[in-house]
Amino acid sequence: MGFRRVMIALTSVVLVSCAMLAGVSAAALTMQPPAGQSEFVPVETLPPGDQLPAAPLLITAYAFVWVAVMFYLWTIARRLNTVETEMRALAQKTARR
Amino acid sequence: MRKAFGPLVGIVGVMFVAAPFLIARAPYESTMGLVQKIFYFHVPSWFAMYEAIAVCGVASAIYLFKDRPDADRYAASAGELAVLFGLMGLVTGPLWGRKAWGVWWQWDARLTSALLLELIFVAYLLVRKYGGPGSEKLAAATAIFGAATVPFVYKSVDIWRTVHPTTNVVPTLKAPMGGPFAFTSLAFLLLCFVLLKLRVSLARRQAALDEMYLALED
Repeated sequence: MGFRRVMIALTSVVLVSCAMLAGVSAAALTMQPPAGQSEFVPVETLPPGDQLPAAPLLITAYAFVWVAVMFYLWTIARRLNTVETEMRALAQKTARR
Repeated sequence: MRKAFGPLVGIVGVMFVAAPFLIARAPYESTMGLVQKIFYFHVPSWFAMYEAIAVCGVASAIYLFKDRPDADRYAASAGELAVLFGLMGLVTGPLWGRKAWGVWWQWDARLTSALLLELIFVAYLLVRKYGGPGSEKLAAATAIFGAATVPFVYKSVDIWRTVHPTTNVVPTLKAPMGGPFAFTSLAFLLLCFVLLKLRVSLARRQAALDEMYLALED
């Protein structure tokens, strides 16, 4: 009798766990992000209302690329200048010896 | 190569000036509209990052196993460029996502792995700068590890379910979109090459300066 009760209790726990797991899995599946686009479809025109809010983001993105490239070029020029100055100073030092 | 470098710089400059005009003429995407045009700079910046990482990884392997100092100079230069172009991708992406998805950032597989890839190469530069004697070898191993993660980052959108567009987008682009995209991609790849040559020449001058210091001490 005792063994039977234990088996019933265990079976109940397993069934409840399975039901909960199924519920959680279903909830997790519904919370998945939508699938990424697999194709871009071109259109000819766009309502002006849709264009305006996007323009500052677009301009910022392009401007950032330009600024990043210019900044990197400036750092290369600055470092090159430092190296050349040091080389000239060393060459003068060596010549004086 | 030196003779061709000047004209190449000119070509890259002209391409970057012409790119916005081509992008402006490209059609709007049906669901995202104007903001989708960030795509023409966003994706090529990742291509340029992958180019820099490939150079950094191969040069690091050559330095690690063959001990060639010039390979280390290429690796260090390409490592900087990987961070630069990665930063462009990480900044332009959220600007696009803000309008397309309604949020600046999503911790999904592509965005997170791309951020980690950027951080690996930031770590590469930090190890080189502050790692002390022998840090070049440790940095080279880091770069190889970083290069090995690129295929996972690239395929992450196909393996996991993410909000990011899949890798199928680029091969299926219609001609009016594909033309400007190919043009800007080529411009970014050439820009990466030009910057790499410039940065390597700086690294060579720095090596020459180090040799002068050593000669002076002797």
